[in-house]
Amino acid sequence: MPDLITSDGSIRKDNWAVVPRPADGDSLDIPDQPSLIPADLWLAGKEHFENREDIGVWLDSHEEPEILAGVVNELPVIAVNFPKFSDGRGYSIARLLRERLNYRNELRAVGDVLLDQLQFMKRCGFDTYVLRADKDINKAARCLNFFTQGYQAATDTDVPLFRRRAS
Amino acid sequence: MYVYDEHDRQIAAERVAQFRDQTERALAGELREDEFLPLRLQNGLYVQRLAPMLRIAVPYGMLRSAQLRRLARITRDYDKGYAHFTTRQNVQLNWPAIEDVPDILAELAEVEMHANQTSGNCIRNTTTDQFSGVQADEITDPRPYCEIIRQWSTFHPEFAFLPRKFKVAVNASEHTDRAAIQVHDIGLQMVRNDQGELGFRVHVGGGLGRTPMVGPVIREFLPELDLLTYLEAVLRVYNRYGRRDNKFKARIKILVKALTPEGFAAKVEEEWSHIKDSPTRLTEEAISQFKGYFTEPDYQQVPDVTDTLATQRFENREFDQWITHNVDSHKHPGYAIVTLTMKKTGTPPGDVSDRQLEQIADLAEKYSFGEVRVTHQQNVVLADVRKDELFELWQAITPMGFATANLNTLTDVICCPGGDYCALANAKSIPVAEAIQRQFDDLDFLYDIGNIDLNISGCMNACGHHHVGNIGVLGVDKKGQEFYQISLGGSSHHDAAIGKILGPSFARDDMPEVIQKIINVYVDHRTEEEPFLDTYRRIGIEPFKERVYA
Repeated sequence: MPDLITSDGSIRKDNWAVVPRPADGDSLDIPDQPSLIPADLWLAGKEHFENREDIGVWLDSHEEPEILAGVVNELPVIAVNFPKFSDGRGYSIARLLRERLNYRNELRAVGDVLLDQLQFMKRCGFDTYVLRADKDINKAARCLNFFTQGYQAATDTDVPLFRRRAS
Repeated sequence: MYVYDEHDRQIAAERVAQFRDQTERALAGELREDEFLPLRLQNGLYVQRLAPMLRIAVPYGMLRSAQLRRLARITRDYDKGYAHFTTRQNVQLNWPAIEDVPDILAELAEVEMHANQTSGNCIRNTTTDQFSGVQADEITDPRPYCEIIRQWSTFHPEFAFLPRKFKVAVNASEHTDRAAIQVHDIGLQMVRNDQGELGFRVHVGGGLGRTPMVGPVIREFLPELDLLTYLEAVLRVYNRYGRRDNKFKARIKILVKALTPEGFAAKVEEEWSHIKDSPTRLTEEAISQFKGYFTEPDYQQVPDVTDTLATQRFENREFDQWITHNVDSHKHPGYAIVTLTMKKTGTPPGDVSDRQLEQIADLAEKYSFGEVRVTHQQNVVLADVRKDELFELWQAITPMGFATANLNTLTDVICCPGGDYCALANAKSIPVAEAIQRQFDDLDFLYDIGNIDLNISGCMNACGHHHVGNIGVLGVDKKGQEFYQISLGGSSHHDAAIGKILGPSFARDDMPEVIQKIINVYVDHRTEEEPFLDTYRRIGIEPFKERVYA
C-alpha cells in the first residue's frame, strides 16, 4: 500500500483507491477496498451508498463542490484532484468545501501533488495528501511548514495578520 | 513609508530559506524544469535570452536610500553593475547567476526588500501614482491601501496558481491617472460617495497584451473596509472560471467579456455575499495602523523663494525649462515634486548604473527625506524637495544625466528591454527609442509639440504599454525580420483608450522619419494649445495614414 502525508507531517498507509470515471456506457467498477468515486455518480446512486464508511468521493478541478451542498458530512473522505500542479482551482474548491459547505471530515489532495504546494493546500483546508509517486515523501514535513504564519485568513486561521497586530 | 515589523521580517526570512531549499532541489535534479518554473517565477527569477533575469519588487514604487545602496551593491557583486527600472515600478537585474539568487534574496531581505510574486500566474506588485501623498487633488493617500493589498496578496494560499498573471493598480487623484488603472486586471479608483464615505470604484478586466481592453466598471462604490473581501471574491471567481485551456485567453478580461461585465459583476456579488463579513473584512483600526506608516515627513517652514526662483529661471534658460517640465507642484507650501528623468539619449530608458543608484540614494537623503519613487514611465521621483534647494539640486543632477528636461514629451519614451535582453521579444525596442530621441533632439520643438506619450514594446506582451501610447510602436517579426507597427490615439489616463493601428509596419531605419511625419500632420492640423491626442480624436486617423503612406 502506498503512503500518504497528513497535515501534521506524519506518514501513514493509504488504503483508499481513486476510482476513475467509467467510459460512456460502462458501469462503475468499485474494487474490494475503500474507494473514492466521482462525486456526481455518488450523488446519482446515493441511496445505494448510504452509511458506507468505505465510500468517499472525488471532485475534479473543473467540478463544482456546490453539488455536494447539504450532504458533505455523509462522506468520510472527499478528495480533490489536481490534474496538473499548476491548476489552482482545487484550492478554491477546498476552501468552499470547508468554509461554505462546512465539510468536517477528511479532505484529501490527489493527482499531481508536489512538495512545494503542500503548505498552500494545508492552508486551504486539505488534511491528507497523496504525493506524486516520484517525490520524496520524507521532505514533506518540511515543505508543509516553510512558513510559521500567513498574512491572510484562510481555512487554517480566521485571524488575518492585520487583526493579530491590532490585538 | 512602510517599515517591517517582526512578522514581516520572519515571513521574509522564511521565504529566503524556502527558495534556497527549492533552488538546491532544482539544481540537484529533484525538481523538473517545469516544476521549478512557477516557483522561480514567483521569486522573480526568469531564464532569459542571454542570462537569467531577476525582477525585484518595489511595492508601489517606493524605495529608501539604504535600499538603493543595497541594490547598487547587489548589481556590483552579482551582476554587471547596472539595473533597469520597469513599467511595473520594479527593478530588474539582467545577469545574475541562478545559484546566487538565494543569496541575493537574503541581501534584499536585510533591507526589507524581496522578489515575491514579481512574475508567475499570481497577484503581482500593486502599483499606484508616483505622486501619492504629495499632490493636492487626491482623495486620500492610496499607499496604505496598496500595502494592505500587498500583504493580503503575498503567498495567498488560494491564488498562487491562477490561470494567468494578475495585476492591480490604485489611483486616488481626481484629475489624472498616473497608474493606468483602466488597463489593469483590477483598477481601483479611490472615490467618496454622496455621504462623503471613502471607497473605491472598481474596474475589472482591463489589460494590454494580445487582446487589449479598457476595464469596465463592475462596482461604482465599494466601501473601504470591504476592499479585501471583494478582491477575494473577484479572484475566486477568476480562479474557478477563468480559462485554463489557452494561455492567450486566460486573462480575466476574457472572462469578463465572455460573461459580460454585468454577468461577471453578478457572479462576484454572489460570491462576495458569502464572505463580506468574514474576518478578512478590514477594520478601521487596521486601516489607521497602515496609514500610520505613510504620515507626512517633517516638513519645514521654508522661506518663500518665489522671487529668487523667478530670477534663477530668468537668468538660466535650461533651469527654467527643467522647472517647467520636470518639477510639479506640491501640496505643502515651499516644497516641490521633482522627477529625475532616466531618458538621456543614448541610455536605454530606465537603465541605471550602480554608481547612479548611489547618487540617487545620496540625493534622496540630502533633498527628499531619504525616499524616492519609481514611476511606471521608468523615471525616479524625489517627492519632497524644498523649493529653495531646487537650483542646487538641478546643478547637482545635471552632470549625473538626470536633468534631461523632457518629462512627458515625445522623447520621454516608455520602452521595454526588447530584443536586446528579452527572450520573448520579436524585435529590438531600445534602438528605436534612441533613433527617435535623436530625431527630436531640439528641445524647443519638443516643447512646442507638447506632451505626447510615446510607448514602445518589442512584442505583443506589451511591457512597453504600446497600446495606450498616444503614439504606440510594436515590434513585429516578419519572416525573421524586425518590423514596427504604429498605433495612434491610445491613452492610459482617465480617458483611457486603446490605440488604433495605422497600417502596414515599417523597417527600423524608417521609424524616425515616420514619427516625424505623424508629428507634422499634428502640427498642421492642431488648433492653438490643442494636445496631440485631442487633435487625433478630432481629425481621425486618415490624415495621418495619407501622409505616412504617401
